[in-house]
This record gives sequence, structure tokens and C-alpha cells, in this order.
Amino acid sequence: MNRIKEKFNLLKANNKKAFITFITAGDPSLSVTERLVLEMDRHGADVVELGVPFSDPTADGPRIQASSMRSLKAHTTLPKILNLVKKIRKKSNIPLVLMTYYNPVYAYGIKKFAGDAARAGVDGLIVPDLPPEEAEELIKESRRFNLANIFLLAPTSTKERIKKVMQKGSGFIYYVSLTGVTGERKTIPPDLYKKLKEIKSLTRKPVAVGFGVSRAAQIKSILKKADGVIVGSALVGIIEKNLNRKALYKEFNKKIDLFFKIIHKK
Amino acid sequence: MTDKKGYFGGFGGCFVPEVLIPALKELSKAYGDARKDKKFIKELDLLLHHYAGRPTPLYFAKRFSQTLGSNTRVYLKREDLAHTGAHKINNTLGQVLLAKRMGKKRIIAETGAGQHGVATATAAAMLGFPCEVYMGEEDIERQALNVFLMKLLGAKVISVVSGSRTLKDAINEAMRDWVTNVRTTYYVIGSVVGPEPYPRMVRDFQSVIGKETKRQIVQAEGRLPDYLVACIGGGSNSIGLFHPFYKTKVKFIGVEAAGLGVNSHKHAVTLGKGRVGVLHGSKSYVLEDKFGQINIAHSISAGLDYPGVGPEHSFYKNTKRAKYVSITDKEAVNAFKMLSEIEGIIPALEPSHALAWVKKFAHKLFKNKIIIVCLSGRGDKDVDIIAGYESNKRKI
Ligand SMILES: Cc1ncc(COP(=O)(O)O)c(C=O)c1O
Repeated sequence: MNRIKEKFNLLKANNKKAFITFITAGDPSLSVTERLVLEMDRHGADVVELGVPFSDPTADGPRIQASSMRSLKAHTTLPKILNLVKKIRKKSNIPLVLMTYYNPVYAYGIKKFAGDAARAGVDGLIVPDLPPEEAEELIKESRRFNLANIFLLAPTSTKERIKKVMQKGSGFIYYVSLTGVTGERKTIPPDLYKKLKEIKSLTRKPVAVGFGVSRAAQIKSILKKADGVIVGSALVGIIEKNLNRKALYKEFNKKIDLFFKIIHKK
Repeated sequence: MTDKKGYFGGFGGCFVPEVLIPALKELSKAYGDARKDKKFIKELDLLLHHYAGRPTPLYFAKRFSQTLGSNTRVYLKREDLAHTGAHKINNTLGQVLLAKRMGKKRIIAETGAGQHGVATATAAAMLGFPCEVYMGEEDIERQALNVFLMKLLGAKVISVVSGSRTLKDAINEAMRDWVTNVRTTYYVIGSVVGPEPYPRMVRDFQSVIGKETKRQIVQAEGRLPDYLVACIGGGSNSIGLFHPFYKTKVKFIGVEAAGLGVNSHKHAVTLGKGRVGVLHGSKSYVLEDKFGQINIAHSISAGLDYPGVGPEHSFYKNTKRAKYVSITDKEAVNAFKMLSEIEGIIPALEPSHALAWVKKFAHKLFKNKIIIVCLSGRGDKDVDIIAGYESNKRKI
């Protein structure tokens, strides 16, 4: 079975929610990313998303943009990231999702990419600028290799869109909490519950909420309706503050522990 | 030519985050309705005529033609004489009128040379919208005149400091704004790029160039021309000129910016040197490295300095309907000076590329031919760049 599916089944059986993390692969280097993933696994993250840096990240706010640029400066490439996944797989069984804009995948070759990613140990793909209508080839190739295609839904998604995404998506549904780019926000958008309710009424697939999520109160109230939360910018912020500092791992783990407590201990 | 999903034979499409999909569907529908609405079409026609000064002249450039020899007859489609000094106004009047019809409250745009920014600010001022224009920091420096004009027109100019600090990054930032404010905001894209329906919508609004040209040349010469020549940034003035001639035998030449040379890595020869990729919402040729990271384009002309190109041009290229060539900074500057001196017309640096190509190849290719060059804009905005280029040359 796909590791993502297995994880969500296990969480559900234990009446638990998913703690999903995001960092950019290669920020500031691939060896740091490797250690951070292993630390996240050890400290209780359920699923890890690795961002593939792109020169033109139109869906990202300043913090993840800066993180992508640091990674590109360190000459991170998609083949190197697949290598990193291979290495991590020798030491960890945590579900790994690649989050990448479409062009690096397109340049790699969709067919080759799906096969290589699956063989390296990737479990799922999120391509934020690839809506289901444009994703036919990627979906076909992903199915062959048992890779999950995680699609996004947004506050502007109509019922018709929600149904379409349900039909095409696998792994989990990524609900973008707000109309906007990635980055921490203080509050929860007012229409969040209503939309989550609507989505949950249309599917039994797990729904995780990301974009702007970082505060304890926010997370607690989101998890009343959702099956998981995705924390990205807050973690990338720790990396940014501790570039070239030994304290990075300690600070990073402190943050992971904190989120773990909020999500998993009631 | 466009199928339902907004493809031009394999190029185009709609590669955007989910948040924008409903907005693009709404836009597609609103545009579809507007084009069928006689009242909308009439309102736009009146604005193009009384406000923007259309039709623009098709001018026989006698002295320029004489320098080419071979009895070549070159006509200039004078988009430089349209209000705000470039073809960009054709598109912005159409789109801002559409924004009004859709009940949007705020207008945003990106701009490279500043011509599209000025044209958007103008249309927004006239139709009563607040307007914000994203512009790369580097372009703000090299196109200071247009920045000042936009401010005079009541628009806010937002400096973009990410990436290459030019047009591509201004588009990124405008898209981020749109993702955030999608419910109230209309994003006026300035060329035939972006997700469906923008490439075909901007093409339609710019096709007024080609439609007028067709009428005018038949009137002047009693026949269609042999060649249409236009510069290619995103590709809107060229498609606007070409498209109404699509089904004729007229040859299309698109001129890209070769910057410091096609082998220098400092150029914007997207169709000539690029690969097929996905940038800014559509599949088309792009300048990228082998890992799919977008390269930084270079041209002395800010309006051509873009590593992507409209999907319909990719289709024209692959089906060989058009031929794509390139011209360096230096050749463009020479053509800029030449036209100024022998015709009394100071062209923008962008169409100077098209002029330079005609100047360079006329003696080889043309005998008794009629050539129409799209003079997409006037050169006032570029005089500082030309002055700087000259003094740099003296230093070397
Ligand atoms: C005068 C002029 N010509 C041409 C262009 C290039 O754009 P396009 O290829 O869309 O016509 C610009 C862009 O700013 C411009 O200002």
C-alpha cells in the first residue's frame, strides 16, 4: 500500500490527526535537509513534504520564495532531490511527498519522473500549478507507480470543482485555507469551516489544511473539522533564522515538538 | 484554432493554482458574452476611435525604402501614434472595459517597458478604477519616464525586487496579488501570454492592428503585402498584425531580441533558442536550463526582455506559419537612429528590432516586394537608454 494511505488509515484507527510538514529540499543544503527529515520523523511528523525549488514560485510568499532561492543558489536540482530521497529511504519509512511546480517535472520528462520518483521512495506529488484538467499524463504515470496525486482545493472552489478534484486526487486533499500565497497568518479565514464542511460532505478522503497555518489556536480549531494540518513557512522561518548556526537542529526540533504537542496531545 | 481548453495545437492551456481556476472560468465566460454583445463592441470601437485615435495610419516610408534598394516598398503601421504611444492601449481599453462589465473593483497589471503599465493606468483612469502596476526594479530604473507617467495617471507603481527584477518577476508578483485579491480584482495581462483565456483575448483586442492594415494596404497598393514584420516580446503586437492575415499567403516574420548575441547567454531569443516548458500559466517555448529553471532574458529593450512567449507563436513556429529571427542590441540601436534621421520618426527600441531585420536582409530577400513593419511604439521612453548606450560605447 502507498505509505500516505497507510499513515492516514493508521491515524484514523487511532482517532488522530495528521501532522504534515513542509521544507524546501536543499535549503540551505541537501545534507541539512536529510538530517531535518530524519529529525522530523523522530519527533513525530506524520508526513513530510519536500519542496522542489523553482525560479518562479508564483504561489509562494516571501519566506518560501527566499528559501527556494537559497536552495537554487546551492545548485539543488530535481535529480539531486531524488537522490536525497533514496538516501532518506534507507533510514526512514516516513511518507514523503514532493511539492513541485510543473516546469521542473516537465523538463525532467513526466514518464521518467514518475518512475524515478517512485523508485527513489517518493509516495506522492503536489504540483500547485497543475490543476486536474492539465494533469492527465501525470495522473496516468503516477498510477502506474502507485504515487499519490494530491490536488489542491481553495476557498474559491465551486462544488463542481470539488467533485472533480475528488475524482482525480489520491492520498489526501490539500485544502488551501485562504485566497493567497504561502506564509504565516494570524487568524483563520471566516469561511474555512463552511468550506471544510462542504468538502467533507462530498468525500471520505482525508482533507489536510495548509497555507497560513502556524498558531496553536488556529491549528486546534482547524482540526475540529480537518484530518490534518500542513505547516511550512513557520519551519522554513526557523531554517532562515539559523543559517550556518549549530543551533538549527535544536531550534527546529523545539518547533516540531511544539506542533506535535498541539496536534497529537489533546 | 483554439479548442475548448484554450490550446493552440498543443500550446497554451491553463497551468495555475486552484484558487485562480474559478476566476479564469468566470473571465472566459464574461469575455465570451462580451464579444457577442453589440453594445460592448460598439463602446470599445468608439473608445478606440475617439479616445485612442484609431485607425492609426499606414505610412509609406519612402526614404527608408529607398535605402534598401530593389524597389522594396516598406510601410509602417503607426501604432506609435495611438494614444499613450504604443499598441498596448488596444488591449487595455478592451480589458478594462471588460473589468467594468464584470463588476470588478480594482485593476492590477505588470509592465516591462512601462508601455503596458501606462496604457493600463490610462484606461483605469478614464473608466474610474484604482490601479496598481507591478514593475521590476531594473525596469523602473531604465524606463523612468513611464514610471512618472503612471504616477501622473493616478496609478501606484510597485517595485518588484525578486528574481531578475524585470518583466518575468513583475508577472510573478502580479499573479501573487491576483491569487490574494481574486474576488475583487481584475488582472490586465499585457501580452498574448498567461493562462487561457488571456492569449486569445489579448490577440482579439490587438487584431484591430491587422484588420486596419489589411484595409489600408489594399487601398494603397491594390493588393495584400508580401511580408509582415513585427518584434516579439510576449508577442501581442505581432499576433495582432498577423492574425487577420492567417489564411492568406502573406509571410510572417517575428523578430526576437538577440541582446548581446544568440550565443552570448544574454538574449531573449525564446522561440529561436528555447525549449517547450510551462511558465506563467501556459505551455509554450521558454528560456530555461536543463532542469526547467527559467533563465534570465536580456535585451536593451525592456519590452522584449522576457524568457517566455505567447503560445500561439509556438504554434506558428511549429507549423511553420511564421518565421522567427533575431536582431542584436547593436543592430536595433542602429535602426533606431536610422529611422529617426531619415524618416523623422523616433521609434521605440522594440520595433527597432523589426526595422533592423528589414534593413539587414532586404537586399537579399526582397525584390519588388511590399513589406509592412509594425511600428509598435514611439521612442521617447528610450532616449536615456540610447544616450547611455552611446556614452558607454565611447568609454570602450
Ligand atoms: C512599443 C512596444 N513594442 C513591443 C512590445 C513587446 O510586446 P509584444 O510582443 O506583446 O507586442 C512592447 C512591450 O512593452 C512595447 O512597449
